[in-house]
Amino acid sequence: MSLNKNKNIFDCLIIGGGVIGCSIARYLSRFKLNAILLEKHSDVCEEVSSANSAIVHSGYDPKPGTLKAKFNVLGNKMMEQVCKELDVPYIKNGSLTIGFNEDDKLTLLDLVERAKKNGVDARFIEKEELHELEPILNEECKYALLAKDSAIVSPFELTVGFMENAMDNGINLALNSEVINIKRDEETGLYHVYTKNNDEYITKSLVNATGLYSDKITSLIEKPKYEIIPRKGEYILLDHFNQNFVKHTLFMCPTKVGKGVLVSPTTSFNYIVGPSNELTSIYDTSTDSFTLNEIKKVASKLIKNIPYGEVIRTFAGTRPNPDIDDFIIEESKENPLFFNVGGIMSPGLASSPAIGEYVSNLIQAKLNFEQNKNYNPERRKVLKLSSLGKEQYNELIKKNPAYGHIICRCEKVSEGEIIDSIHRNCGARTIKGIKKRLRAGFGKCQGCFCQDEVLKILARELNVNINQICYKDEGSEILKYPSKGE
Amino acid sequence: MGKEFICIVCPKGCRIKVDDNENITGYTCLRGLNYVKEELTCPKRMLTSTVKVSNRKDTYVSVKTSSSISKDLLLDVMKELKKIRVEAPISMHQVLIKNIFNTDIDIISTKEVK
Amino acid sequence: MNKQVDLVIIGGGSAGLSAAKSAYENGIRDILIIERSSELGGILNQCIHNGFGLHKFKEELTGPEYAYKYISFIKEKNIPYLLDTLVYSISSKAKEITYSNSEEGYRTLNYKALIFAAGCNERTQGQIMIPGERPNGVFTAGLAQRYLNIDGYLVGKNVYILGSGDIGLIMARRMKLEGANVIGVSEIMPYSNGLNRNIVQCLNDFNIPLRLHNTVTKIHGINQLEGITISDVDDNLIPIKGSEQFIKCDTLLLSIGLYPFNAMLKNCGAKVNLETKGAYVDQNLETSLDSIFSCGNVLHVHDLVDYVSLESELAGKNAANLILNGREKYDKVILTSHNENMSYLLPNEIKVYESLENILFSFRVKKPISRAEILFKDENDKVIKKFNKADLLPSEMVQLNVNNLPLNEINQLKVEVRAL
Repeated sequence: MSLNKNKNIFDCLIIGGGVIGCSIARYLSRFKLNAILLEKHSDVCEEVSSANSAIVHSGYDPKPGTLKAKFNVLGNKMMEQVCKELDVPYIKNGSLTIGFNEDDKLTLLDLVERAKKNGVDARFIEKEELHELEPILNEECKYALLAKDSAIVSPFELTVGFMENAMDNGINLALNSEVINIKRDEETGLYHVYTKNNDEYITKSLVNATGLYSDKITSLIEKPKYEIIPRKGEYILLDHFNQNFVKHTLFMCPTKVGKGVLVSPTTSFNYIVGPSNELTSIYDTSTDSFTLNEIKKVASKLIKNIPYGEVIRTFAGTRPNPDIDDFIIEESKENPLFFNVGGIMSPGLASSPAIGEYVSNLIQAKLNFEQNKNYNPERRKVLKLSSLGKEQYNELIKKNPAYGHIICRCEKVSEGEIIDSIHRNCGARTIKGIKKRLRAGFGKCQGCFCQDEVLKILARELNVNINQICYKDEGSEILKYPSKGE
Repeated sequence: MGKEFICIVCPKGCRIKVDDNENITGYTCLRGLNYVKEELTCPKRMLTSTVKVSNRKDTYVSVKTSSSISKDLLLDVMKELKKIRVEAPISMHQVLIKNIFNTDIDIISTKEVK
Repeated sequence: MNKQVDLVIIGGGSAGLSAAKSAYENGIRDILIIERSSELGGILNQCIHNGFGLHKFKEELTGPEYAYKYISFIKEKNIPYLLDTLVYSISSKAKEITYSNSEEGYRTLNYKALIFAAGCNERTQGQIMIPGERPNGVFTAGLAQRYLNIDGYLVGKNVYILGSGDIGLIMARRMKLEGANVIGVSEIMPYSNGLNRNIVQCLNDFNIPLRLHNTVTKIHGINQLEGITISDVDDNLIPIKGSEQFIKCDTLLLSIGLYPFNAMLKNCGAKVNLETKGAYVDQNLETSLDSIFSCGNVLHVHDLVDYVSLESELAGKNAANLILNGREKYDKVILTSHNENMSYLLPNEIKVYESLENILFSFRVKKPISRAEILFKDENDKVIKKFNKADLLPSEMVQLNVNNLPLNEINQLKVEVRAL
């Protein structure tokens, strides 16, 4: 790693390439500085940020006055513009929080009040209007809170977009770099950060955005103020079988028993059903049939006949649930210029641009960076074939024939798009990396038709042997043993 | 007691019985009868695999034994196939190894490589 | 002006090639085969094992050899084909398709008749919701087969297989011969889903155990597969508590069934047969859309390529007939139905016209039946035809060529399989 061998001193080092770390990197890139983000996996957006409901919550739900309320409302307002700048799929589809009885009605009316306090547009609606908005709902769905500013976003593309844009503006990224030790030099005040692959980084300021591990990372240098008690959410993902199945994000009115489950379209017109909410002691993304069946049972309160024949995948994500009931976003009292950004669970995705901007401003206030005159908030557009007309498409293919060669036939992704996603900043390095950025392998066949071709394109473009291409991290090489010797 | 065989000559999979006096019953064609006779004395199998093509990047040619070969030799033949390299162009049914292990059986290609 | 072709065939695998050959032999010269991958032959190219062609050619061929017979014909007769080309959409009203490739770009093409022969997909971990993690190391058997036979690499050395479908059994032998340790095969049903001969020569020959009424109940390992939990299941196929067993492995192959890749036809409005997930067809294999035929694994999943060829030849011949002679007037349409012992029946309807002779029926049984009678009945349950068959298995599709049905006298056709 050349970045540290010459004892380069960074102005800022961010640990964690989730949506929060990458957003902080992006907003930091507005300033003239020397910064780097360390990510332990082979790609950004690998854990909490990659497996969640993908909702940009409107902000009616968090308790007024909390950081959650503040950043959620602010983030929701910023998100549409951010997605435009970063060319990330975003649809403001609105959410309906649905009540089934008179108790629910009272709760919903309370939530409308809370929304007002948070400055969120939310309205109570009766059955008739509700069923007009979503005709597929069960008869038993009687009332709802309509939050028209609720939206859906692709969490993969948002995270990648943040990081790519940060790199376009001069921030560095080191993948496969798991932090195992941090020391603060009392004399210089500089932080020395050590990784598992024996690299050492020296930095003036340090940001801990490590999601599930934020208490552990903090404990490398001081006693953390909170503890992460991970919770797991399992989901069922359906194919894009019908663009009009459900249009809004459907929540259930919270009750004493719990928050229920949601049914929502995704930005690719798949449908997501879930999550569960389970205590889990370790990093665990496994699903189990009992829970998946429970999810189906609860979801059937909203819609009777969800076509589970269209399921293409089940998955689970873990949330960095802190034992304090709020986000933790602050500079350490003991260690100056060490910033903790922890406990960012839902509505973390919605809050991410606001947190990124806020934290980068905190650091700027301390270190007084100049403005980055070359800062460009826009990421180069990601070409989407589906958005092109026939003439435009033909012109594109004439210029670059690889766009005419479709590799993923479920999601219609061309070789040209795959090549582009590899050669961008924060480019794809793995099969999963391609899948997250372009959806190749995300469709009904889950890659059994195109994985082989994607693998060969990756090897060719990265100029490595085909047996070096991984599915995810090191150790997940797909072609493990040559059948006929080297 | 006797033995029961499931014939593998064709996908029909006839159940063929052999009693203690070596009477064979249940076959529906002559090939099935011959299969069981062979299975009792020296069982044979067709072997199919691939061989690496030396002058083409990441290219393998599919191959087979020219007729079924003694079951005991399967793994030895596989070892041979791992060792050898062939050069393209390769035509259909080109002999890649002649008379392997003195069995009078050849290893032949089952695909063209241009 | 769009390009115009008499017969467009979507798919250059066994079904598409057989249909093209048959259409050519029945007088059509203006044909275009459109294939998404870089060579003709489809899945046959990676099926390097033998056992193909016994019905069709009376000899035992490997997959590539079987394909070669057809590819040679296509090349010899100069039948045009496009490779690396994906069809985007079909519009049956305008009789046009759109497709793209690197050379021509995005194009629209008109046809007189179209044969949809796009093959099938393998079912995945997600579709059957196998619980646990989603690491590398879980492959559909067909993908692992491609990696081994085309690319030359084993995806792992300690292999477990879920599902006793033929591809899984073939891969058990293939990986074993290439030096992998094949630990076992689990099949959730109480009987195997593969051909008997494959149980014998792929599992028994290598002492690979087959566990019936058993399935994978958890996948372990976040980045790379580290092992699986298998469990016995009860008669309702529910895992039995206490029967769990952990198996250490780096590869899990899924051979849990195939389904027609019929999305494109469905999207352009073709009626779907809910049992096969393929198209709803008449006895000519014409779908509910005018001049669009369907055959091979995209119509219903076959177990033998020979039957794919036979069926596709019929589609080719009928498409040729439609192009050359137009549509024959038919007097009525008879709907077919089947009984509870069968999982599906093709064709879904019969158009009755004067020159109609044979009808090719295809079906599968739901459970093994050792001695069965197959009854053809009219709407009043009167038996109009009867066959006896032995050893019917769910894994083996049955094709019956039936003639002399008194179609003029009936309004409905019920086909029933009964155990004797």
